[in-house]
Amino acid sequence: MSAPVVDVGVRRRAVRAQPRVPRPFAAAWKRLLSPLVIVVLWQIASSTGLLPERLLASPVKIVTTATDLIQTGVLPEAIVVSLQRAAIGFTLGALAGIGLALIAGLSRVGENTVDPLLQMLRALPLFGLIPLFILWFGIGETPKVALVALGVVFPLYLNTFAGIRGVDGKLGELAQVLRLRRSAMIAHIVLPGALPQTLVGLRQSLGVAWLALIVAEQINADAGLGYMINDAREFLRTDVIVVGLIVYAIFGLLTDSLVRLLERRALSWRQSFLSS
Amino acid sequence: MATELPVIVTSDLETATSGSETATPRDSSRAAIPEPTVRVNGLTRTFGERRVLDGVDLEIRRGEFVALLGRSGSGKSTLLRVLAGLDPGAKGEVEVEGTVAVAFQEPRLVPWKRILANVALGLQAPDPRAAALAALEEVGLGELHGAWPLTLSGGEAQRASLARALVREPDLLLLDEPFSALDALTRITIHRLVLDLWGRHGPGILLVTHDVDEAMLLADRVLVLDRGVIAHESRVDLPRPRHRDHRDLIALRSTLLTRLGVTLEGTT
Ligand SMILES: Nc1ncnc2c1ncn2[C@@H]1O[C@H](COP(=O)(O)OP(=O)(O)O)[C@@H](O)[C@H]1O
Ligand SMILES: [Mg+2]
Repeated sequence: MSAPVVDVGVRRRAVRAQPRVPRPFAAAWKRLLSPLVIVVLWQIASSTGLLPERLLASPVKIVTTATDLIQTGVLPEAIVVSLQRAAIGFTLGALAGIGLALIAGLSRVGENTVDPLLQMLRALPLFGLIPLFILWFGIGETPKVALVALGVVFPLYLNTFAGIRGVDGKLGELAQVLRLRRSAMIAHIVLPGALPQTLVGLRQSLGVAWLALIVAEQINADAGLGYMINDAREFLRTDVIVVGLIVYAIFGLLTDSLVRLLERRALSWRQSFLSS
Repeated sequence: MATELPVIVTSDLETATSGSETATPRDSSRAAIPEPTVRVNGLTRTFGERRVLDGVDLEIRRGEFVALLGRSGSGKSTLLRVLAGLDPGAKGEVEVEGTVAVAFQEPRLVPWKRILANVALGLQAPDPRAAALAALEEVGLGELHGAWPLTLSGGEAQRASLARALVREPDLLLLDEPFSALDALTRITIHRLVLDLWGRHGPGILLVTHDVDEAMLLADRVLVLDRGVIAHESRVDLPRPRHRDHRDLIALRSTLLTRLGVTLEGTT
């Protein structure tokens, strides 16, 4: 789930370097073949009773259940609740992570104040904090949002901080020679220079955010995707569980490609270099 | 130009007597001797044990084109960085009057800003973008104003960097081997361009280079930095554009090369 630290640019270049396939559909089909075979085998196993439904529902059953859940409004409702948790938690965590990185990155005093603290907190296992969070925040929305937020803070903080500190010192000299004011230097040199690394942090933090949400929703939820899944477990509804998992996966993929899109737009100065 | 005067006056500055000669330059080409833009006295800079600059004295007059030669590692960039105000660790008297612009050895374009924005960065002008565009057109890059720096060729990037320095209309232009990465053809074009722009904007120029011909073809005065001091000075009062096969330049070339520690056999 959590996004690996991969330089997207490099991966793009690798893709572009491949010779163009004359019939792209043929290539796509080749890649789809093995998953399709698995699904078909899975369906056969289910239909013949080899794979009992209390262990895993059949693909067909899962599809019909998904349609049902959507039509009855159960799934949309759960999605709204979960998305809200993710959005609030992510926003709070991102603001804190980037804000703290700016404080630590832009001044020595800030670094000495903020960095040791965050390095210490980073060592704590995120999910190990759940019992404390329950004691502190009860079992309502707060501990769930807090867990997501906390998971988001660290990747964004670490990457943005490293990004700021990694900005080429020669450009700092340039700013000095051009007589840029400090604010202008931060706006034109430091922040854009840190952006590529911040976006890496963004992808990592989104990965952690979904993971934190899934775990948080296992505890005492009375609404949302996690609740839907837990509820289904009690009634051995593996079909509903799988639908929930697929929805989680889709959201993970969606936000990841959203960040890629953002990367492509924000780092177009780099892309133009790579593709030329 | 007065033909009676020697066109090239050369003096080694290691002895006090010849040093005093250069204190009163015999430049007859300018009506009044302008005030110095740069005055450096007894500048020293040490890195650890190494004394890279060991009492440099230097004056650059308003509108004067000075070339600074020196072997690699002789401290040319160190001196230029002091003049640019980038080195707080140097000791000695340094006075720089007026505004300063720098073109570094590598173009140092900000990669995430398009060329026009790079040239306009930090520019105090009524219309920075218009001024930047005009400067880009001057260096022949008008069409590339919307390009990303990483897509430019070495020569184009250097010209953009030059435009960024020139657009500030500085009183002093510091150029740190800005042409060394260019191919011979581009270099000729850029030399012409620099002389042209110098003629029009008239800043004092300190051109750091290790190319003797470049120094002779462009500058009013050629200095050699050696063992931490300005060890040699040659005044070149030839009209521009100069030809490298000019009799006086051939003589000057071998003088300068000797000063730089290169011995030429078979040349006169
Ligand atoms: N920041 C620095 N720290 C230590 N040594 C330096 C530093 N800057 C320059 N030097 C040394 O000073 C000498 C002169 O360097 P530099 O001025 O760059 O030479 P040049 O530009 O003439 O080739 C070199 O030996 C270099 O290693
Ligand atoms: Mg140098």
